[in-house]
Amino acid sequence: MNNNVREIILKNNKKQKKSLDNVMPVIFFTAALISIITTIGIVLTLVFDALKFFRAVPFADIFSTQLAPLAANPRFGILPLINGTILTSLIAMMVAIPVGLTSAIYLSEFATEKIRKRLKPIMELLAGIPTIVYGFFAYSFVTPLLMAVIPGLEAKNALSPGIVMGIMIIPLVTSLSEDAMNSVPNALREGAYALGSTRLEVAVKVVIPAAISGIIASFVLAISRAIGETMIVTIASGSSKNFTFDITKSIQTMTAYIVEFTSGDAGSGTVGYYSLYAVGLILFVFTLLMNLLAQYISRKYREEY
Amino acid sequence: MKTINELKDEKKAIFSIKNLNLWYGNDQALKNINIDIMEKEVTAIIGPSGCGKSTFIKTLNRMVEMIPIVKTSGEILYHGKNIFDKGFGVEELRTTVGMVFQKPNPFPKSIYENVVYGPKIHGIKDKRKLMEIAEESLKSAALWDEVKDRLNDNAYGLSGGQQQRLCIARCLAIQPDVLLMDEPTSALDPIATHRVEGLIEELKNHYTIVIVTHSMHQAARISDNTAFFLSGDLIEFGKTQAIFSKPRDKRTEDYITGRFG
Repeated sequence: MNNNVREIILKNNKKQKKSLDNVMPVIFFTAALISIITTIGIVLTLVFDALKFFRAVPFADIFSTQLAPLAANPRFGILPLINGTILTSLIAMMVAIPVGLTSAIYLSEFATEKIRKRLKPIMELLAGIPTIVYGFFAYSFVTPLLMAVIPGLEAKNALSPGIVMGIMIIPLVTSLSEDAMNSVPNALREGAYALGSTRLEVAVKVVIPAAISGIIASFVLAISRAIGETMIVTIASGSSKNFTFDITKSIQTMTAYIVEFTSGDAGSGTVGYYSLYAVGLILFVFTLLMNLLAQYISRKYREEY
Repeated sequence: MKTINELKDEKKAIFSIKNLNLWYGNDQALKNINIDIMEKEVTAIIGPSGCGKSTFIKTLNRMVEMIPIVKTSGEILYHGKNIFDKGFGVEELRTTVGMVFQKPNPFPKSIYENVVYGPKIHGIKDKRKLMEIAEESLKSAALWDEVKDRLNDNAYGLSGGQQQRLCIARCLAIQPDVLLMDEPTSALDPIATHRVEGLIEELKNHYTIVIVTHSMHQAARISDNTAFFLSGDLIEFGKTQAIFSKPRDKRTEDYITGRFG
């Protein structure tokens, strides 16, 4: 062997390596900057145009239950939309949390490696279906099915899209919860099994408490997803701007309101036009709060292992 | 005729292992093991890495079955019943055969919750009773004085040695007959090791203990019987004193004198 390896290394180090090392961080930083700048830009646009709306409409009117943006005497109460969003999201969570969590427990604690490897990709396939397909599914399949069971269910209602939205976010809950449970060290399971625990006891009393921060974070992310979901509710829940807790009736969510208005004829510069930004801003605040909540919860309940 | 004293000394075998074979897939890890584990005695299992000693001890509470590719043959009689029988409840077995692991593995819960985990899953709900159990177990594990003022603190705040004694307390809380210890001091510093060894000497008056160890000194110090394993075979088994003073097998002698392994 030649003894000049060291020489070659030194020579090479002096050459290209240094320049590449100097350029790459700049490229990485620019890439990171793009998303940050975009976010700031969106927030600023939302805030400025939403402000125009908040100046034009009195506060008491905004927090009223009357919403009629296109009437001769337009009313801009946001409560019907917030109510619609919360209603459909709640229904979705009532479907997604129990189903998502139990399937996560099954995959992580009960399924054999072979079954897990096959089931997980199939479940995650659900997440890849375009939401418009889910919306169509809610309107043309689930709603008629529910109508047969629940008399008086309107063709457009809150229940059906809520359920379908829940189905849509099951993989999100399952996948993230399962990841959290999977990362619980096996030593903890062994300790519990060695004390005579059954599989169920190990799952419920050791694994879930140890993974709870990740599990709750998955719930909150799923709620965010439900709040922001647009297509399903636009198709299947109609556009009634009534303030109602009746899930058999048509409602409108914040997202569906934006769709309706942008595809309709809101003239640029009108109050109705600026109301879109206000709704967008409120949506943004909702999801921001959810993310902060997720962070707070995962910090507070973290069982470190 | 036996004298009364001889009868007193005659202890029962709590585990009778007969023709035990174990495979990981196609690799045989235990080969035709025959051994009796005596009640209220300390049995040390020694041997080089990969000799099957950990596998052996994990077979006694069937923890080895956590690995799906494991196959066994032969029988292990526990109190006269074969633990591999279909009708034998693995949870019941593990309730009376506790295990302490190589690395301390407390749950990410409070010290108190760690100790009462076992009693709780086995149906004890009374708060006062649980507190009594916690105190008693922690005292038996020689940990009480160090933790009595911070029972609600997270167990992960304890030192490694304290965590291991907590794991022992966690086992004791459900009053097992047998304690299996899989190299319980290998992750501990010398001082913590010394304390855990002292504890084992205390415990051997009340429990049957099977301990896997890499340390010849530990085996010699604390055990009554010693079994020497080599690549899945049980080479020699007998009174610790006899094995360490005049081993019958050359391979045992080579190992305990440090010539290989």
